[in-house]
This record gives sequence, structure tokens and C-alpha cells, in this order.
Amino acid sequence: MNAFAAMLGRELRLALRGGGDVLTLVLFFVIVGAIVPFAVGPDKALLERIAPGIVWIAAFLAMLLGLDRLFRPDYEDGTLTLLRHADLPLSAAIAAKVIAHWLVSAVPLILASPVLTVLLAMEGDAFWRTVLSLLLGTPALAAFGAIGAAVTVSIRRGGLIAPILIAPLSIPVLIFGVGAITATQSSAALLFLAALSLMAAALAPFAAALAISSAED
Amino acid sequence: MTDRQVFPPLALRAEGLACGRGGMALSRDLTFSVEPGQCMLLRGPNGTGKTTLLLTLAGIVSPLEGSFALQGSDDDSPMLHYCGHRNAVKPRLSVRENLEFWRSMNGPTGIAADAALAEVGLGKLRDLDAGYLSAGQTRRLALARLLVSLRPLWLLDEPTAALDAAGHELVSKLIDRHLGVGGLAIAATHDPITLPGPGRLHTLLLGAEA
Amino acid sequence: MSIDTAPKQSWWNRIAHPGQFVAWTRPLLWPLTALTAVLFVVGLWFAFFASPEDYQMGDTVRIMYVHVPNAWLSQFVYGIMAVSALGTLVWRHPLADVSMKAAAPLGALFTALALFTGALWGRPTWGTFWEWDGRMTSTLVLLFIYLGIVALWRAFDDQLRAARIIAVFTLVGAINIPIIKFSVDWWSTLHQPASVFRADGPRMPGSILTPLMVMFVAFTLLFLTLHLKAMHTEIKRRRVVTLQRKAAQGASS
Repeated sequence: MNAFAAMLGRELRLALRGGGDVLTLVLFFVIVGAIVPFAVGPDKALLERIAPGIVWIAAFLAMLLGLDRLFRPDYEDGTLTLLRHADLPLSAAIAAKVIAHWLVSAVPLILASPVLTVLLAMEGDAFWRTVLSLLLGTPALAAFGAIGAAVTVSIRRGGLIAPILIAPLSIPVLIFGVGAITATQSSAALLFLAALSLMAAALAPFAAALAISSAED
Repeated sequence: MTDRQVFPPLALRAEGLACGRGGMALSRDLTFSVEPGQCMLLRGPNGTGKTTLLLTLAGIVSPLEGSFALQGSDDDSPMLHYCGHRNAVKPRLSVRENLEFWRSMNGPTGIAADAALAEVGLGKLRDLDAGYLSAGQTRRLALARLLVSLRPLWLLDEPTAALDAAGHELVSKLIDRHLGVGGLAIAATHDPITLPGPGRLHTLLLGAEA
Repeated sequence: MSIDTAPKQSWWNRIAHPGQFVAWTRPLLWPLTALTAVLFVVGLWFAFFASPEDYQMGDTVRIMYVHVPNAWLSQFVYGIMAVSALGTLVWRHPLADVSMKAAAPLGALFTALALFTGALWGRPTWGTFWEWDGRMTSTLVLLFIYLGIVALWRAFDDQLRAARIIAVFTLVGAINIPIIKFSVDWWSTLHQPASVFRADGPRMPGSILTPLMVMFVAFTLLFLTLHLKAMHTEIKRRRVVTLQRKAAQGASS
């Protein structure tokens, strides 16, 4: 447990000292969301209707953007090799990394989501559902992202190929995430979203650990 | 530290070991054993599989043929330190934070982080960001990792790379002390390593048959 | 901490040797090809001349004889890949790597054909090439997964190392495909209630069933033949790479 906390602490420290990274992701999230009205026109009714989709696409893209720093630096400087001989199993170390990744890349997005909901003319109720759906759905995005990042960690241009692997896996997250904001089916979608996040979070550390230990064979 | 045995009597034995990567054998039919208190030096020209042999013994690369075992151990906890070309040092963390992290990950069974840093000559730099260290100092930081967690088997790949003359002595001293408490070491190096006392050092020459 | 690699002698390990596998299966290749061709001739003859027009869809019903087998193969091939992935991860069977790699582009091809024939069918039946209906959409996602896996194979320099990593991803995909299918169904019923078309609705008369079954078998055999040939090719390609590496090693020492 001590080692797990040490891993988590190190990841958070590195991410926060990375300085710009966290802020950049938030900026990216807001800008992607804010750019859509320019493409579809400032029609308030239309924006309100597609706003859940825009928020989720922006969150999905922002989380993809942060993935490359999840395993690649540790792969390149040999940390992942050494982690295989740590007291903490590799899968637990990866679980700590994924939790840290969620804390530094998803939580800031959720905190910034009010800005988008205002820009996209969402009403009060929809705003809370947006926060809730992001809160329940982003762990699944982080987990699928971790699998994609682990699979591509030993490829030199891995940053390019990871998104096309992750995107199809993430489709259910987008469907239920947007469904949870749209009023009619909200509660069922929230439950599916939570189930998806739990399943993905349970699967990801093992799959990622297997992929990473195969990467050096 | 006195010369007492802190490790259970372990021995590393390999039989008919063939190592290679990508299905290509680099070294074949290696049979050797390393007893407690012994160090084996791997020598040989570049490309003869020294690093691959170390990676194989570390369990990172699977052997193509043959087998090896660390005999005398009965628990599953990690028994070895691997010290490779890459130092796994994070430039954004301070020297001490780097070492404390590995102390927590590998188990705080050895000496304290500050004592280990003093040992490798980084005592005064402990609050500096590791990114400011020179290549040799970074190497020393990587070596300090061997001291903060006790593991009976050391696998060292070019431990003296980027180190100055004092650094070479440091490596010899660390290995000497590790062997003194019943540890085992395997080191791939081109530099001479001298240890006091006979019978503690032997050499495996790779790539000799070609 | 000890790793034992002493070879176990069983039929499983004996066919594990790629050279022996090629030697054993090469005689199968020509009979399989011939059988596939014959079945295609019979099946297509049935499909074009010996089966009735649909009273609603007319001649377009004949697209079904190509579409349905392709749709079946799009899932069957993934099944083959998932089983091979298990073989790679659990038994480290070298042929499982080869089988996995050879199946991926074939799976993508059959999935693309299923989508293409589905679109051709959709135009006269639904009045549009593409409908965001649950079945078509999840087939499209499946195609993306296949293409991702093909791209992943191409991205690795070292194909031997790639196999285990791609096996992990293939299995993650296998777990996810049912979830994707479920979510897409949920999504499409949410957006357009009362689906336009149900394939399992009307019961099929024998005159349609016979050519369908023949084409079913024909396409499955086509896949098996192509898969076997692709495996042979991959084994040869690996041998060439090994020889090149040996030559490079020999030249340097």
C-alpha cells in the first residue's frame, strides 16, 4: 500500500511540475468545445441540442492528447523495466498511474465543463447531468486510453496509432455519456456508464501490464 | 557494515542457456554458476549478447533454450536489482525524491536514502532537481538504488559507464561490500574491476567461439 | 524465478514448428481451392438462376447470398483471431502469432464486403446507402477495430515482439465487441424507434435457404483457404527476415 501511494504521489508530482500540461489540456478542451459554434452557426436551439455531444467529443479528444505522457517517458528512461522487479506488482503500479492520469487529466476537465455548458447554452439541469456523466464516464476513457497507450508504447510513432485503437473501444462511453445528459434515458445511461467504468478500470491494469511486459521481450 | 550474511545462501545456476532477441541467438550453451559472495564479470566484444544475457537473467527476455534458476530461495518476492543502461531517473524530481520513490517501490530494506546518497557522493546535491545532474552523477544516483533496498542478486550492465576514476572505485567498493554480506553480482563491463581476496571474481567470456 | 524451457514432445508442439506446419498443410491447399471454386459456381448458379425473386424486393434479394456469408465471416474471423490471441498469450504457440496476423486483413476485407453489399442492398430497399441502424453501425465499428489491428501490425518493426502485444489488444477488443454492440443497439433504438427491417422476420423458404447455405459454406472455405495461404506466406516472410538478420550478423563478425 505504501508503494502504491508512492507511485501515485510521484505521478501527481510529475504531472503538476510538468507545469503547463494540465492547463494545456483544459484549454484544449474548452477551445474544441468553443470552436463548434463557429462551424455550425450560432443557432441557440441547435447548439443546445448538440451540446452534450460536443462536450463529450471535447473531453474524449483532450484525454487522448494527454495519453502519450502516461507510459512513454517511463518506457524510454527504463522506469518500466525496473518496475517489473518492484515489490509492487506491475499491474498495481499501472493502476496507480491510471488513477493519477484520471486525476490530472479528467478532473480538471470536469471542473472546466461549466464554461462549456454556458457557451453552449445548456440549462441548469443539463449542466448537472453533464458533470455527473463526465464524472462517471471519464474513468472508462482513462482506462481504455491506458490500454491503447500500453499497446503502442514500444512503437516509435505510437502517439499516432493509439487514438485509432482507442476510439472504437470508447464508442460505448460516448453513447452512454451523451445519453446520460439527454433527459429521457438519463438514469439508465448513468448506470451503464458506471458499469462500463468499473469494468474498464478493472481490466485495464492487467491488460496494460501484459502489453508492457511483452513490449520488452 | 560488518561481514555477516544477511541473505539466505543463494546460488544462481544456468545450464545450456541460449539467449537472444527476436528469435536470433546471440549466445549459446552457457553453463555457469554464481555462488554467494561471488561476482561474475561478463566480457566480450560488442554485439555478443552481454546485455541480452542480463535481461534474460532478469526475466525480461525469455531464454531461447536451457534454463536458469536462483536456488535456495523459497519466496516469490523479487530477488534482484537490475541496473541497465537507462537510469530511470526523472529530471523533474529532486535527487532525494527519485531515490525515495524507488525505496518505497522496492521495499525500504536497505539503508536510508540520505545515507545512500552520501555513500555514492551525492549527499550535497540531494535537494537538486535530478535534471541538473551530469551523466556521471545520474549514474551514481542509479547505483544508490542498489543500496536502499536489499536484494541478493545484482545484475549490472556497464555499471561504470560515464563514471570517473573515483566512480570506478566506488563501483568496486559497492560490489565488494555486497559480496561480503553474501550477495551475488553479475556485471557486464569493459572496465577492470578488482576485488580484494581470491576466488570471488570470475569471468565469462562471450562471443569467444566466433 | 526459474524458467524451464525443456521442450515437451506432443503433437501440439510438433505442429508448432512452422516448417512442419507448412509441409503438412501444403497438400491441403489445392483441394481446398478447388472445393471452394466448385461451391462458388454451384452457389452462384443457385443464387442467380435457381432461386425466386422476392415478392417485395425483387432481384435485389440475391445480394443477400453474398451479404449474409460476409456478415457471418466478419464475426467468425474475429473469433479465430481471439482464439489465436489466447494461443499466443497462454501457450506462446508460434503458429498462433502467424494465424492472428494472417487473419486480420482478411477480417477487414470480409467486414468491408459485408458493409458494401449491405449498402448496395440498402439503396433499393431503404432508399439510402447508409442507415445508422444498430447492425450496420456495429459492423462499421468492427471494421475500425480490424483496421486498427492491421495498422498496429504494420507499426511494429519486430513482428515477433508485436504478436503478444497485439494479442492483448485483440482480446480486449473481443471483450468489448459485445459491449459496443449492446450500446449501439441501445443508441439506435433511442434515436429511431421501430427498426425498418428485420432479417429474422419472415421465415425463409427452402428455395432461398439452399443457395444461402451453399454460399455460406463457400465463403467460409474461401476464408480458410486464404487464411492458410496467408499463413504460409507469413511463415516464408519470417524465414526471409531471419536469414537477412543472420547474414547481417555474419557480415559484422
